[in-house]
Amino acid sequence: MARSQTTQLLPGTLFLLILKSLARGPLHGYAIAKRIKNASDGIDIEDGSLYPALNRLLVKGLVHAEWGTSENNRRARFYRLTPEGRKYLGAETREFNRSIRQIQLAMRTV
Amino acid sequence: MSALREWMNRLRFLGNRQSFDREIQEEIESHIEARTADLEDSGFSRKDALQRARREFGSADAAKEDSRGAWQFQWLEEFATDLRIGFRMLARSPGFSILAILCLALGIGANAAVFSWAEGLLFRPYPAVAHQERLMALTGTARGEADPALLSWPDYQDLEKSCKLFDGFFVSKITGTTLNIGDRAERTVGSIVSANYFDVIGVRPILGRGLAANENEGRNAHPVMVISYQFWQQHFKGDSEIVGKTQRLNGVVHTIIGVAPEGFYGTFVGWKMQFFVPVSMEELFEPGGYKLQDRGARWIESFAWRKSGVSEKQAQDEISAVASRLEAQYPLTNRGRGVKLWPLWQTPFNGAGTLLPTLEIMLAVVVCVLLIACANVGNLLLVHSSARRHEMMVRAAIGAGQRRLLKQLLTEGLALSVLGAAGGLAVAYWFRHALVLLFPARSGVSLYLPGEMDWRVLALTAGVCAAATILVGLVPAIQTSRIDLAAALKSEIGGVVSGRRRSWLRSSLVVIQVSVSFLLLVGGSLLMQSLQKIRTTSPGFSTHQVLTTGIDLASAGYDENRAKNFQDALLERVLVLPGVETAAFARVTPLGVIPFSQSPIAVDGYQVPPDEQPTVEYNEVGPAYFATMGIPIITGREFSRADDESAAPVALVNETMAAKFWGDKNAVGERLQVKGEWRRVVGVVKDSKYEDMREAHKPFFYVPRRQVFSVRGSLIIRTPLSPRAIALALTREIRALDSNLALNELITLQEQVDRSTSPQGAAVTLLGVLGSLAVLLAGIGLYGVVSYTVSQSTRELGLRMALGARAPDLLRFVLSKGLLLTAGGLVLGIASALGVTRLLGSYLYDVSPRDPLAFGSAIVAMVLLSFAATFVPAWRAVHTDPTRALREG
Repeated sequence: MARSQTTQLLPGTLFLLILKSLARGPLHGYAIAKRIKNASDGIDIEDGSLYPALNRLLVKGLVHAEWGTSENNRRARFYRLTPEGRKYLGAETREFNRSIRQIQLAMRTV
Repeated sequence: MSALREWMNRLRFLGNRQSFDREIQEEIESHIEARTADLEDSGFSRKDALQRARREFGSADAAKEDSRGAWQFQWLEEFATDLRIGFRMLARSPGFSILAILCLALGIGANAAVFSWAEGLLFRPYPAVAHQERLMALTGTARGEADPALLSWPDYQDLEKSCKLFDGFFVSKITGTTLNIGDRAERTVGSIVSANYFDVIGVRPILGRGLAANENEGRNAHPVMVISYQFWQQHFKGDSEIVGKTQRLNGVVHTIIGVAPEGFYGTFVGWKMQFFVPVSMEELFEPGGYKLQDRGARWIESFAWRKSGVSEKQAQDEISAVASRLEAQYPLTNRGRGVKLWPLWQTPFNGAGTLLPTLEIMLAVVVCVLLIACANVGNLLLVHSSARRHEMMVRAAIGAGQRRLLKQLLTEGLALSVLGAAGGLAVAYWFRHALVLLFPARSGVSLYLPGEMDWRVLALTAGVCAAATILVGLVPAIQTSRIDLAAALKSEIGGVVSGRRRSWLRSSLVVIQVSVSFLLLVGGSLLMQSLQKIRTTSPGFSTHQVLTTGIDLASAGYDENRAKNFQDALLERVLVLPGVETAAFARVTPLGVIPFSQSPIAVDGYQVPPDEQPTVEYNEVGPAYFATMGIPIITGREFSRADDESAAPVALVNETMAAKFWGDKNAVGERLQVKGEWRRVVGVVKDSKYEDMREAHKPFFYVPRRQVFSVRGSLIIRTPLSPRAIALALTREIRALDSNLALNELITLQEQVDRSTSPQGAAVTLLGVLGSLAVLLAGIGLYGVVSYTVSQSTRELGLRMALGARAPDLLRFVLSKGLLLTAGGLVLGIASALGVTRLLGSYLYDVSPRDPLAFGSAIVAMVLLSFAATFVPAWRAVHTDPTRALREG
């Protein structure tokens, strides 16, 4: 019944990480997961939860998907940011950074 | 904007579902393949790599499902599933479903029918008229008098000219004439309307034209008429060349200038208007002479539209300002006079005023019936849900959330009430014109009491349906929300139905049912007593063995002299008919539909309070009127043939008038000024009822018909013979005098009185029908609860028996359960009835809203009912075989 995104991420950050990983160019699903894992020094996103998240981004029109050929010549679905996605990423990144700073501040001073 | 795109994306998904499934499958495979390749690169065997990639990915099915979920309107699809399950549950137990749906259909249908009546009669009575929501009725007011008065034509014209906050005014004053239809004469109703009538209400005649602007002007100058579609069909067989042809109305040839569209019955709640004549012809249709120049003659019934955006208060303020200007300008006629606006549903001068209280009562009653129906269905569901307890528990155990279960139950409630509402709307649709059936038929006059099933009625019904859903669905939901999983599963294993909470719920539902039906019984019984009182109260004249019929010589074109001769001749012939004791003419008979004349009066030595202008109603009656009517003369004499045009003007006053204006002095011999003419009082007569059986004693006087003659009148005959017997003889005598005349409807005065009380009768009938329905439903509910309790406590009863309880003890034990519930319901019912019945107010005549007889009989009825409903299960309980009961329980 419940379809919660059980990740060990802060809520909402999975979307942000996916969008961020696409900022430099289109990637297919496995490459997105790999990039996030490598860049974050091992944030564990369950592979299974990646696709529902990607589909939510598709529904919202923040990313666009197209079938193409991967680096090792396999058919793969590539996601790329739409202009709205780019805008959303910018705004959300600022918002995210701001709240992280606030949390850190609070952790130090409370 | 982005929300819209999201919706569009989702909609697109609905069309591409299959390709989506294929794509996501392929994508996941590609993901796993890529991971496998990476793992192989780092040294795993192909087999291990694939296995590990699969494990890392987790459930591919869940990923697919969740991805799909991202695209779906989730709540919608869940709702559809629930609904499907709901309908399936209903189909699985058809007996239960049919009973529940019938209960709801009756409850919702009764509500929808009353809504449609309220809509069609009170809120939007004139479907053909534009902007009804801003239309308001106009009447006059008189200081110190509660009843609204009418307006005079000059006042109306000044209002129309001076008021700026209105879009338009029009006059629509009911009138009547008598037409010969075959060998019968029939009363036909129509409207006197202002010349702008058809233009301003936006109704185009289908043939010919409406009235022209100049047709308001000039005394009797425009004998033209627009006829209704029905009139056109019935009297002229839909003649397409009708325009320009003529019809005699009240003896004057009128040219037919137009035919109104089908379904347009004018602007009068209650009756279908058959013809429309301009205001300039008023003198021909209205008693009291030419009134277009007379500011003191108040007879105009009119309407006006507020401009859009103008509030009722602003509109009333402007009207009042103009009225007080008129009062200052014309003190002689307008002293103490104001003008009042009414919302359409309170219009005092048509059927709306009469129907409003009836519909209010009906509304209260149908809400009660719905409540009882919902309680019954709730109870049914509760029994039903005991059977589904296990299902619910299993659902809860496998992880269905509280909310999800609640939603499921409410959806099932919705499935029930949607079916109930569909049935209810069908019921309401059939009954939308049924209101007419409650009122006695009258010859010639078509009652028109339509229900209107428009979107507002549908919306209200949907609201009722939603309320019913919540009421009905919530009952099992409350119970489910309390499921303590562990305890429930345990108790299920133990086979004991844990039931304190549920039985509490069931009991309170029954208590509510008993109290609401008690309320209806008390209300019904009060109204019944009131009607009984009204019908048995003497109106102050004989109602049996006195017959009356209208003789409308005006319609036949008689002038005053011819009419006098005819009436004298007819009276002579009638008096010698076998079986006729006495007979007399009067302009109006009491409690009929034709209004009395009224006049400002003056009395020698009577000090008029400031700002007041005593106006009293009177009747113009012939010799032997009082003997024929059976109204006793207290002092003095009644009018005789000698009181004619050439004799001194005289009058008779009733007791109340004598006491008010002459006090202890003997009124006989004193002077009374009527319409500027001084009359000598020659007698005092007993008070009687004049316009309404419920009215209080009021001043009233009589003048000799010969001295204030009007061509139209009623013949009153005192005879032990039946109306049918007299009608034959009377027709013969009328024909002998004038072969063109026909006999109007001939009825007893009792019939006339009964017709005047028909709104009360209708309320009683309706409350009777719905009240018995409610009581029946409550009885079923009570029976259900008690037999359920008995069936659930078979084990306990068996144990008691085994321990030596005797049959009477057990009987008492079970009966006491049912009676306890009834007692609870009665306490609640009595408490609410004490507070509520006074709302019956105007419907109660000479009956206290707390009448002990009504309360007592309702209590007795409910106790008997509960005894009957309880006895059967109790009897069954007593005759249980204890060993079997113990084994089975």
